[in-house]
Amino acid sequence: MPDQIEKTAVGTLDPEPVAAAAPATDREKPRSLWNDAWRELRRNPVFIASALMILFLVTVALWPSLFTSTSPTDCQLAKSRQGAASGHPFGFDLQGCDVYARTIYGARASVTVGVLVTLGVALLGGVLGGLAGYFGGWWDALLSRITDVFFGIPILLGGLVILSVIKGGSIWTVIGFMIALGWPQIARIARGSVITVKQQDYVQAARALGGSTGRILLRHILPNAVAPVIVVATIALGMYISVEATLSYLGVGLKPPTVSWGQDISAAAVQYRNAPHMLLWPAGALSLTVLSFIMLGDAVRDALDPKLR
Amino acid sequence: MTTVEKKSEGRVPAPRPEGEDGGPLLEVRDLHVEFHTRDGVAKAVNGVSYSVGAGETLAVLGESGSGKSVTAQAIMGILDMPPGRIPRGEVLFRGRDMLKMSAEERRRIRGRKIAMIFQDALSSLNPVLSVGYQLGEMFRVHEGLSRKEARAKAIELMDRVRIPAAKERVGDYPHQFSGGMRQRIMIAMALALEPDLIIADEPTTALDVTVQAQVMDLLAELQREFNMGLILITHDLGVVADVADKIAVMYAGRIVETAPVRELYGSPAHPYTRGLLDSIPRLDRKGQELYAIKGLPPNLLKVPTGCPFNPRCPQAQDICRTDIPVLHDVAPGRGSACHFWKETIGD
Amino acid sequence: MGRYVIRRLLQMIPVFVGTTFLIFAMVYALGDPVAAMFGDRAPDPATLARIRAELNLDKPLLQQYLLYMGGIFTGDFGQAFNGQQVTELMGEAFPVTARLTMIAVGIEIVLGITLGLFSGLRRGRLVDTLTLISTLVVISIPVFVIGYLAQYFLAVEWQLVKPSVSSAATFDELIVPAFVLAGLSLAYVTRLTRASVAENLRADYMRTAVAKGLPRRRVIGVHLLRNSLIPVVTFIGTDIGALMGGAIVTERIFNVHGVGYQLYQGLVRGNSPTVVGFVTILVLVFLLANLLVDLLYAVLDPRIRYA
Repeated sequence: MPDQIEKTAVGTLDPEPVAAAAPATDREKPRSLWNDAWRELRRNPVFIASALMILFLVTVALWPSLFTSTSPTDCQLAKSRQGAASGHPFGFDLQGCDVYARTIYGARASVTVGVLVTLGVALLGGVLGGLAGYFGGWWDALLSRITDVFFGIPILLGGLVILSVIKGGSIWTVIGFMIALGWPQIARIARGSVITVKQQDYVQAARALGGSTGRILLRHILPNAVAPVIVVATIALGMYISVEATLSYLGVGLKPPTVSWGQDISAAAVQYRNAPHMLLWPAGALSLTVLSFIMLGDAVRDALDPKLR
Repeated sequence: MTTVEKKSEGRVPAPRPEGEDGGPLLEVRDLHVEFHTRDGVAKAVNGVSYSVGAGETLAVLGESGSGKSVTAQAIMGILDMPPGRIPRGEVLFRGRDMLKMSAEERRRIRGRKIAMIFQDALSSLNPVLSVGYQLGEMFRVHEGLSRKEARAKAIELMDRVRIPAAKERVGDYPHQFSGGMRQRIMIAMALALEPDLIIADEPTTALDVTVQAQVMDLLAELQREFNMGLILITHDLGVVADVADKIAVMYAGRIVETAPVRELYGSPAHPYTRGLLDSIPRLDRKGQELYAIKGLPPNLLKVPTGCPFNPRCPQAQDICRTDIPVLHDVAPGRGSACHFWKETIGD
Repeated sequence: MGRYVIRRLLQMIPVFVGTTFLIFAMVYALGDPVAAMFGDRAPDPATLARIRAELNLDKPLLQQYLLYMGGIFTGDFGQAFNGQQVTELMGEAFPVTARLTMIAVGIEIVLGITLGLFSGLRRGRLVDTLTLISTLVVISIPVFVIGYLAQYFLAVEWQLVKPSVSSAATFDELIVPAFVLAGLSLAYVTRLTRASVAENLRADYMRTAVAKGLPRRRVIGVHLLRNSLIPVVTFIGTDIGALMGGAIVTERIFNVHGVGYQLYQGLVRGNSPTVVGFVTILVLVFLLANLLVDLLYAVLDPRIRYA
């Protein structure tokens, strides 16, 4: 079951598996939401631009050594705050580390957090919310109260308090915490979406024909209810990266030895008036990354939400 | 009923002045409307002409996509432009071409001289404003009445279209009324300023059959009372028979037949009209298979060459696939856009 | 309506308890507030035990929580570790943050709705494209980056304002921080208004309003806006709570001595009573703002009111 959801969630850009699952009513022209969405996406320059940018970012995150031979932790205090020099295009930071190398190596933390938190949140929220929407009853009532409680804590505030107390600082602590605070949002969306789909005639028909619960959930509910979850999760991905950077900036997120843009910006902020380059490069990289993911989310939403077309 | 009579007292429908040149109230001449879409230009209306006089009811009949509603929107001036465009044609109201008027001039005619009733009253009424507000707005905007006076007028209007307990319900919202009552509110709104012409676009399609008859009767009665012209747009032949004076049948953006109502029902002069009439279930043909026009209405982006109806027409000959038929004069006040109208009418 | 308010208020109670308990448990069970008090100097066990008893820290967690809540309802938020009353700190911090938030919300309403309305009415034109791109950029740049950029250019390079806010935190000093604080929400409000306006423009009732012969001002000002603003107003309402929590970053950059600043100081110094007290109030504000939004929704949309 979780396998199925993951496949669909990851494979949204590939219409084939989902289209095959959708009932082919019109044999000549199988025009499903997914086919339409995929066609729309391919024609959208915003999507192409953001997809290329993200491809690049993922490459940087996976193999940073392809882009720089300087180590991000090889620092010489003597060079503190110096500007660009040959071999060091972005200059040096407060500790005398190479800003270019740190900017390249910082991509990994941001991309990892963004992608893993989104997957975790989509899976956890999607399954819990979807089941609550489908079965209703006490589980739904309990889930609603739980999401209410989590909604009472703004993510930044909760993150600040909780992470400062547990003093983790590893990337897994941050990811785990963000999933824990982020899933109720997706759960609400999934619940609403499943409730809408559940009432559709074709689901009622499948039930009247005696389809098993598992089969109805997988064949009818999942392909039709997953779109809003994907849209919200994609847009949220950029926001998660931003939240992680903010937490790291506030000193409660990622900590050394993990290299992250948020920490670098925080460190640079103390002295940035004299050496703005220390702040601008990681800040620019961070903003560009968030921008790419948000643009991707925008394009996906436009493609999957025919109302706005 | 009594309210209606009381209201009309002392206002014997005076013969309304016709157009300045003595012509009809509204005359559409050779109207063309096209829509520019991503996939090409859709010609929704191709040279439609019709007219309606005071006190007269013209029914415009056609399937969805035939251009009947688009024509009405062009008359009303509520087409979305772009993507819509009117490359040619005239819409003469009392002899003056409305397409050449300024936006402000047209606005003053809308609602006051020409009013429109839409199909789906629930979506056509503003969901967050009370019906009293929406009715009263007509008086506040066009006649400068105060909020309080407008409210009194709104109650009066609701009484006139026989909404029970109008005084209590004037503050209610559209979703709190039944479908029939909502359509009455639409009618009341159209009638508010006693316009010369009402365009009703499928006014009863969304309603239950029993309610349909009530609403149609009300509309016809009020039309008589105020001596208004009425353009009734519908796809329902049953609705037309009772109330219309003359009929224009539209297909693929053209008028294919126009005739007084009895003659059209008695002896249709176009195969499409005949097909429509044959597809009505009738008691005297019980047990027989119901007739259906084969095929689908054409895609407006690629209308067939020649007569647009030819792929579906049982009588089609070679000429139908090459030449577009003009509207032939069949009899005084009757026309048919069929190369073989004589054969059709003679059958 | 009255019953609805009471029902919503009652529903708020378990959420309030759940949320504050979660925070309370996190701070007191996972952290060690007394150790934090002494920093590196290890206190002798007797003193430690005495302080623990004073602060009820020797009791079970649930009892601690109940005692704490009991205190709150009599206006006692306890003492910060330096002996200052937490309520005293709140009295200094909340007015400043409230002022900051109000200016930010004002910016959202005036600028966000205006921009959103114009770009929604001119979808696909230049104004619209520019609005979309600029909001996208604002959404993408994290608040602290925007904050430093604003500070660097406005205060350091061009010297239009002072880089940090004085302890008086007057209205004009707070304008730049409020813009930074509002930035993200401003972009959301603009986009939400735009989408809502564009969607409602196509509604049937808009066609009716035009067919009634209403002037354009009225068609847009009454019929379009009245419907389009429903989601926007609810967003802004929810946002008030989020802004007060989000002020941590802005207040840190501009050295504003508000809630975020105090909270941050409390966290850095391990000052648990301050942290829990401030968070409790923020959660309460957040929940009340949500309640307000629900009520506002019912007022604005009659379909909800009578459902």
